[in-house]
Amino acid sequence: MSSLTSYLLLSALLFSIGLAGALTRRSAILVLIGIELMLNAANLNLLAFWRYGPNPAALTGIMFTIFSISVAAAEAAVGLGLILAVYRHSRTTDLDKMNSMKG
Amino acid sequence: MTVAFLILAALTTAGMAAAMGLRNLVHCVLALTLGFAGLAALYLQLGAQFVGFTQILVYVGAVAILAVFAIMMTQSAGSMTRPVFSSAWLTGSLVAGSVFAVLAWAICSSAASRKMLPPEPQATVHQIGDALMHRFVLPLEIIGLLLTVALIGAVVLAMHGKRETQ
Repeated sequence: MSSLTSYLLLSALLFSIGLAGALTRRSAILVLIGIELMLNAANLNLLAFWRYGPNPAALTGIMFTIFSISVAAAEAAVGLGLILAVYRHSRTTDLDKMNSMKG
Repeated sequence: MTVAFLILAALTTAGMAAAMGLRNLVHCVLALTLGFAGLAALYLQLGAQFVGFTQILVYVGAVAILAVFAIMMTQSAGSMTRPVFSSAWLTGSLVAGSVFAVLAWAICSSAASRKMLPPEPQATVHQIGDALMHRFVLPLEIIGLLLTVALIGAVVLAMHGKRETQ
């Protein structure tokens, strides 16, 4: 098993852990953290392809990772602000109780 | 595949799995910090020093603290009696497991990963700054605008409405 394969497999495992957390947890904060985990797994993928790719001197993998980290930081700030706004409105962060729009 | 990679991969996976599985939310964020630090070490292993230190600054420094603040402000740290997983946990785990199976099958059967190991590429901070100022200057400006908009948006969302309180 080559190094690229092991990095890609680790990245797929981290993505699946984040997806499982985002789909199964009840707390809205942990769902947001699961989404952050998925973004981190994608960053690891980009860096692995930069390191073992054919043209690492172009630095595209590193640039994409830096921009992805910036977007993820902005997303975390806005997402936690949204969770605080929902909490002030309905006094809960439990996703199973946020069903007022359920048909 | 080296011993260092195996140790770091085990540490990162354990931290992230604990972050998604523990009952107490503060413990979850602590385990998440461990996972983020392991990922930063993996970035350093890959030869991307700048991204590794950015990961430590942004995720271990800022995002984890932000999550702890959100947990404390919503007072959801002590609620341990209710079940932690939602009513759709079986479907969610099935979907995540099948996604991992498909990804692992695609990675193991792909021809891209059977190449020779290239020499370690150089990515100094000087080169990164040079590329950011020449080739990637437009994305840099757009990211700056996006961060400003996100900052204002987060403040507006989290701020108490003045008209409601008065």
